[in-house]
Amino acid sequence: MAEFLLSAAAFVVLMVAIGLVRVARGPGRAERMMAAQLLGTGAIGALLLVGAATGEGSVVDVALTLALLSAFASIAFVKFAMRQDQPAARAEDAL
Amino acid sequence: MIAPVVSMVVVALLLWLAVWSVVAHDAFLAVAAFVVYGLLLALVWVRLAGIDVALTEAAIGGGLTGALLLGAVGRLRRTEAALSTEHAGTGTRIAAALLAVGVAGGLMIAVTMLPEQPPTLAPLVVPALPATGVGNPITGVLLAFRALDTLLEAIVLVIALIGVWSFGPDHAWGGRPGPRYSADPNGMLAYLARVLPPLGIVIGIYLFWAGADHPGGKFQSATILAAMWMLVQMAALADTPRTDRNILRAGIVVGPLVFIVVGVFGLWTAGAFLGYPDGWSKPLILLIEMALLPTLVLVLALLMNGPATRKAVP
Amino acid sequence: MSTVLDVFSIVAIMGGAFFYLAGTVGLLRFPDAYTRLHALTKADNLGLALVVVGLLPQMNGILAAAKLILVWLLVMLSSGAVSQLIARSVRRQEPQ
Repeated sequence: MAEFLLSAAAFVVLMVAIGLVRVARGPGRAERMMAAQLLGTGAIGALLLVGAATGEGSVVDVALTLALLSAFASIAFVKFAMRQDQPAARAEDAL
Repeated sequence: MIAPVVSMVVVALLLWLAVWSVVAHDAFLAVAAFVVYGLLLALVWVRLAGIDVALTEAAIGGGLTGALLLGAVGRLRRTEAALSTEHAGTGTRIAAALLAVGVAGGLMIAVTMLPEQPPTLAPLVVPALPATGVGNPITGVLLAFRALDTLLEAIVLVIALIGVWSFGPDHAWGGRPGPRYSADPNGMLAYLARVLPPLGIVIGIYLFWAGADHPGGKFQSATILAAMWMLVQMAALADTPRTDRNILRAGIVVGPLVFIVVGVFGLWTAGAFLGYPDGWSKPLILLIEMALLPTLVLVLALLMNGPATRKAVP
Repeated sequence: MSTVLDVFSIVAIMGGAFFYLAGTVGLLRFPDAYTRLHALTKADNLGLALVVVGLLPQMNGILAAAKLILVWLLVMLSSGAVSQLIARSVRRQEPQ
């Protein structure tokens, strides 16, 4: 069972790695913003699987932290991109 | 059989991300690569059974440093055009390459020359841990055996904050840092900033409490709390704090202050600065941690905000 | 009983892995930012949900299982809102 969980975690990490190709090539800024999202769901899935495989319960805490902080990082990226689009105008952000 | 393959895939990915974040032309892309690198490194730390380090890496390396770097990129935009037309001469490039290769080679040699049995104090720590009253050996080391280091680190953080504040213009001293964020009060960001912080605060306090016997502790907890506060600011639900408020300044110094008071108390009762008298260990550690939490939260959040740039209206 | 649970876990986690694959394929192959966001958010979240459901029988204790569900809910909430934010920022960049 542990072997299976670890291979599932490896598979998820591989998917994240392949997804990062899009982040690298992505023609727009949105693709870069998706990086934190991708990591968020992918790494959390891998972490939970690894945690269940090793039986270490506190890995779920790392997953919680990652969930919160990757959301925060994504929002920071979006806010940054918005500010770059309107450097001078104090337009109403329709966010 | 699976484990080495996973490790190699992750290591290759990390190397690629590291190189990419250095050579990327677009600063935005470089910061995105760096954030991904930090989050992935947390996974590595979990595999290396360093859960506390994984927590700190996920919190600081993932979210906080990313936000900090983005702020720096924003401030550097004006100089970026001038920078991209600069070209280093061939001599400079060769010197830089030699220096980089030299440092990397030196590190590689040092790593291969490490003794088979790495020198470690862990066998000494484990039997002495029950005397400290905490179950997490990292907390025990940080707050009981090497408490002096933690105290000095807290003081360094406060000094760093003062240094950052000193970069602000004179007329704005004591004012509010950062720009005035604007966001639709009924929009998605405001919604997220209303729903997420309560969860984040509960999780942060839980991590603080769990740090006594499980991975966690005040630093990771403070990072989560600071990130939640920044989220509220970014959604324009609250403005950045005035840096001349007494309560803010009191919160910043309360951590090192209480730490020093406990140290002197130890000097008086146990014969050594930061010595804990028998039986007082756990309550004193708890007191220090509770005092350090507001300090860390305020310092981390204010470091991300930057120096005061808007004069506060009295 | 435990073999039934193990089989359930394996099936659920393989389903989750399939959805991660689908999400990555979508991320790579879809033509523009909106559709890629779609693939990323929906498929990856579904993958995570299936992984969480599959791991629930493997956890020892109600508290551990509850934490797992909390992680899932948190990710669902934040990724849903963040994908909206990213999509809106892309929309505003487009020439009107």
